[in-house]
Amino acid sequence: MSIQELGTESQVQVEMITCVIDGFEITVPKGTLVIRAAEKLGIQIPRFCDHPLLAPAGACRQCLVDIEINGRAFPKPQASCTIPVENGMIVKTQLTSPVADKAQKGIMELLLINHPLDCPVCDKGGECPLQNQAMSNGRSESRFEGVKRTFEKPVPISSQVLLDRERCVLCARCTRFSEQIAGDPFITLNERGALQQVGIYEEEPFDSYYSGNTVQICPVGALTGTSYRFRARPFDLVSTDSACEHCASGCAMRTDVRRGKTLRRLAGEDADVNEEWNCDKGRWAFKYEVAKNRIKVPMVRDSNGQLQEVSWPEALAAAAQGLKNSRSGVLVGGRATIEDAYGYSKFARVTLNTNNIDFRARRHSHEESDFLESVKLNATYKDIDTADHVVLINFEPEDESPIVFLRIYKQVHKRLVKVTNIAPLASRGSEKLKANLIKTTSGNEAQAISSISGLTKKSVVLVGERISETEGALSAVVKLVNDSGAKLGWVPRRAGERGAVLAGAIANLLPGNRPITDSAARVDIATAWSVDSIPTEQGMNTDEMINSDLQSLVIGGVDPMDISAEAKIKLSKKFIVSLEIRQSDITDIASVVLPVAAVVEKSGSFMDWQGKVRKFEAAVDQSLNRSDVRILSMLADEIGKPIKLPSVKSARAEFDSLGNWDGPINSMKLRNSAAAKSVASDEAVLVSWRNLLDKGSLQDGEENLAGTARKSILVISHARAKALNVSSGDHVRVSNSYGAITLPCQIGEIDESSVWLPRNSLNSQLIRNLGVVSNSIVKVDKA
Amino acid sequence: MSKLTPVLSATWDQADSFTIEGYKRNGGYSAISKALAMQPDEVIQMIKDSGLRGRGGAGFPTGNKWGFIPQGDNKEHYFVVNADESEPGTCKDTPLMMANPHVLIEGIIIGSFAIRANYAFIYIRGEVTHVVRRVQQAIEDAYKAGFLGKNILGKGFDLELVLHVGAGAYICGEETALLDSLEGFRGQPRLRPPFPAIAGLYAKPTVVNNVESVASVPSIISNGVAWFSAMGTEKSKGFTLYSLSGHVNNPGQFEAPLGITLRQLLEISGGVRNGHKLKFWTPGGSSTPIFTDAHLDVPLDYEGVSAAGSMLGTKALQIFDETTCIVRAVLRWTEFYKHESCGKCTPCREGTWWLVQVLKDLEAGRGTEADLDKLLDLCDNIMGRSFCALADGAASPIISSLKYFRQEYLDHLTAGRCPFDPMASTLFDTAGVK
Repeated sequence: MSIQELGTESQVQVEMITCVIDGFEITVPKGTLVIRAAEKLGIQIPRFCDHPLLAPAGACRQCLVDIEINGRAFPKPQASCTIPVENGMIVKTQLTSPVADKAQKGIMELLLINHPLDCPVCDKGGECPLQNQAMSNGRSESRFEGVKRTFEKPVPISSQVLLDRERCVLCARCTRFSEQIAGDPFITLNERGALQQVGIYEEEPFDSYYSGNTVQICPVGALTGTSYRFRARPFDLVSTDSACEHCASGCAMRTDVRRGKTLRRLAGEDADVNEEWNCDKGRWAFKYEVAKNRIKVPMVRDSNGQLQEVSWPEALAAAAQGLKNSRSGVLVGGRATIEDAYGYSKFARVTLNTNNIDFRARRHSHEESDFLESVKLNATYKDIDTADHVVLINFEPEDESPIVFLRIYKQVHKRLVKVTNIAPLASRGSEKLKANLIKTTSGNEAQAISSISGLTKKSVVLVGERISETEGALSAVVKLVNDSGAKLGWVPRRAGERGAVLAGAIANLLPGNRPITDSAARVDIATAWSVDSIPTEQGMNTDEMINSDLQSLVIGGVDPMDISAEAKIKLSKKFIVSLEIRQSDITDIASVVLPVAAVVEKSGSFMDWQGKVRKFEAAVDQSLNRSDVRILSMLADEIGKPIKLPSVKSARAEFDSLGNWDGPINSMKLRNSAAAKSVASDEAVLVSWRNLLDKGSLQDGEENLAGTARKSILVISHARAKALNVSSGDHVRVSNSYGAITLPCQIGEIDESSVWLPRNSLNSQLIRNLGVVSNSIVKVDKA
Repeated sequence: MSKLTPVLSATWDQADSFTIEGYKRNGGYSAISKALAMQPDEVIQMIKDSGLRGRGGAGFPTGNKWGFIPQGDNKEHYFVVNADESEPGTCKDTPLMMANPHVLIEGIIIGSFAIRANYAFIYIRGEVTHVVRRVQQAIEDAYKAGFLGKNILGKGFDLELVLHVGAGAYICGEETALLDSLEGFRGQPRLRPPFPAIAGLYAKPTVVNNVESVASVPSIISNGVAWFSAMGTEKSKGFTLYSLSGHVNNPGQFEAPLGITLRQLLEISGGVRNGHKLKFWTPGGSSTPIFTDAHLDVPLDYEGVSAAGSMLGTKALQIFDETTCIVRAVLRWTEFYKHESCGKCTPCREGTWWLVQVLKDLEAGRGTEADLDKLLDLCDNIMGRSFCALADGAASPIISSLKYFRQEYLDHLTAGRCPFDPMASTLFDTAGVK
């Protein structure tokens, strides 16, 4: 993949350049580097420091070639990674120039003189560019008889990345990545000469959400992941292309499995999505699937209230018994694949004969349901590349969709694209984006949104799921976008949400965005499903189902503590069929527990925030665990109202055959915003979001990853700090009638009336501790 | 002594040559009145016409460098003086700044005026604290006298001059590394293009000139192009400082027209150490391929030295007599390059590491003749393969020493040790030294 393909201005007519490489003529866009033009011809010039997504360095000198332009030859070989092609250029690589060939072999020999011969115990051995290119472009024997440079090894540069300085070839890929791509320049090259080395500032380790990428692009085994170190040989791993289940960014991934166990996950390549990067959560948070509390067999609660392991027929019979002839509903959770969500949607409508279905296991609103039904989401990553202005509303991309952050940062780094952020405070991510902050406390967003002007068709508005926490805010966004023609993106945190909307796992929509209120839409689906009719009764959302007198619920991967403090108590009064991978608050109260497959064990697809389908196949073969849709299908058969989706494949095929709705859509009912809250001097409006690395259950079991989570702090304004007589680091207590949280404070540029806490971090789990997450008044005092 | 043309060094024997009063008494700061009355482009043209070439080693025409700065671009321009003199043997800028700092400042004012820069910087080697203090004082005095600051001489030209002290890295003499260092980063050379004239300091158009080049400017403005170009040779005009050091009776700075020969310079400087004869010498510091007594009549201008297979460089003539072991001398230089390699690129970083080890073995008489070929091949893999010229400088003395003194390397191997007495080559009394 070349930078031109990955680049974003390919639509623009670019000047073409013709040159000759090793006797072959090639025409490439102006600006193409010689090394990249050669790739297009299938000519591989060896390289270390070169990376298509990083600015050229010309440091390793491995890619030297002979170049002549219009008859004038460069007196010495040139680094092909730094020189753009020109008309009339004649390039001779190692294949046709003995000088280039000798130059490359010479550089390779030099690179190896200080490189340890520890390939047999090196993680990179077997997939190492240094090994490979030493074979293809090196001397067969070294002439070095001297003393190698040695260092202490390995040195941790964070809890999850280890540095082996002896192996480092000082290509500066990692340091350039950290500076140019992630905007986290916490590693740098220190010292000089052969003692030059990658290093951190002692008091500031490599705390970047993207540090794993440096391990992946390291062309030697200098940077290794703590969790993977010494665990496997690359040639023993079976690799499967996969998609990340952690958020809606939609990263292409590669999952490497040995003997049925996931050993590592890497960023895959997709120019339209994650380019070649991912975040550390996507890379390292996969131990949950092998957690001790993994559920492997079905369970039914016995007369003593204890879950007992039973056979599948017993479990299905018990579930069917409880669901049959009961008023029921379905909570899908935000992490279902499209196929599973489709299964839940069909199961609700066909088997349970209800529209009580919702995928939202978080704060949500009717305004949001309306929005998802009626508003066209049209923004993409590529729109960010060409945007004249990016507006972020209740959305912190670095924490809530890290690849969206990288994409915006790329344009900030490249051309200082204008970024506006409606948020209560400038987060670290927001500062890196040099965003213009419209300081807004929770509840006042609508007003801030209507204050934005100057948007054009080239602007991109990105809203986060937290916007549903303020009545009227989504309405204001719709107005802003309609008036300006700006592109709109809705970026939920969880990977399954956008797909669940399309699959109809929400009360007001049938699959393919068909409004439940539209009779033609219902007929469409009834016909496709071969059922007499689709229920017309208005369905409930998650909150309503929990608070209702429904007798039973089928619940996918849902944590009640993501919804409300009382959810578990209320749910415990119902007959619950839980489809789960691990013991949870839901399995604690479920009558029937049906084990399902984790992402690596099944095939399926997610839909990223752009609406792009991210298919993946099972990475762990021959697992006994089955995807939710297959189990729902068995359960439907048991109940006697089959959904006929015996496999992920059949669900995908049926869903694809439905197509999207092309009939009329309801226009969104715009809502007004409530008046701003007034707070007393010892009170504040609670604002929060989830840090990328926190107490999320999918991060369980990965201590090294947790080591780089940001510390739990509470943010207050300077004025409040003065009033409370506290300085940075002092403990401050936030409380309400439900409970209290005490954390060290950070004094910052936050809206005066607000206090910010992480939503679900260590010692700061807001629903658990305060019963609320935002838009609510809390008392703030010195602890 | 008739060969000498003291201009820069003309006043060095005066007790107060370094003070502003002394400088003014000798006619100093008169060139700026003349220059500031001219159009900036006329100043550039005058320097172009004079044929002044960069005295820092590369010999690039100074006026052309100034002419590369895009004008009317609404950008800040910067004038930077490279005073990071660190090459073994090179010792001209340090005495120049010590004895006459104001001529440098006057040159800076004229150069900045010509390229339309309102900020100028002197990047000075940190080790020479005494020079740092002297230049700092001179800048202060120039400010007080109204030669620096706002509205200089009432001509509406503003110039702020900042002295920046380096932290002791040879690589920071490379102009792009110097700019990185000046910006507060680690000094490592930058990828070019863009060249400093387009995107230099803080990504703004920048001229980087050597101390001696800049110090030569006021005399050209005062005395005219014809005066300057009457000196020197066809393509290497003017006068310059030749620094003689080593086994020479009367070492020091000798200011003479370009094109003078070592034979002439030795005559002036009292010849090679008494009782000894010339063995080898560097024409322009340790980075330039060495010469032998066969090159005594090579004209020391850019073309003459180049035609004889070396480079004029900084005109640092290190003289070595027959008591010097070539292997030992080359090893010492190589150790310097290893120590100073910035580490950015492979050939320099790893190559110098290896070269030192090979040379140490050879000096100790370990190895075979094949090791000499390995050494040469290694140099071939380093020379011209690196990011900047530092590695070329490391390879040059090795290659040239093997060209002229291969047998001496072999003698080490035959003897199994160094056949020289290192004490014999010292210039201090070694009686009683073990």
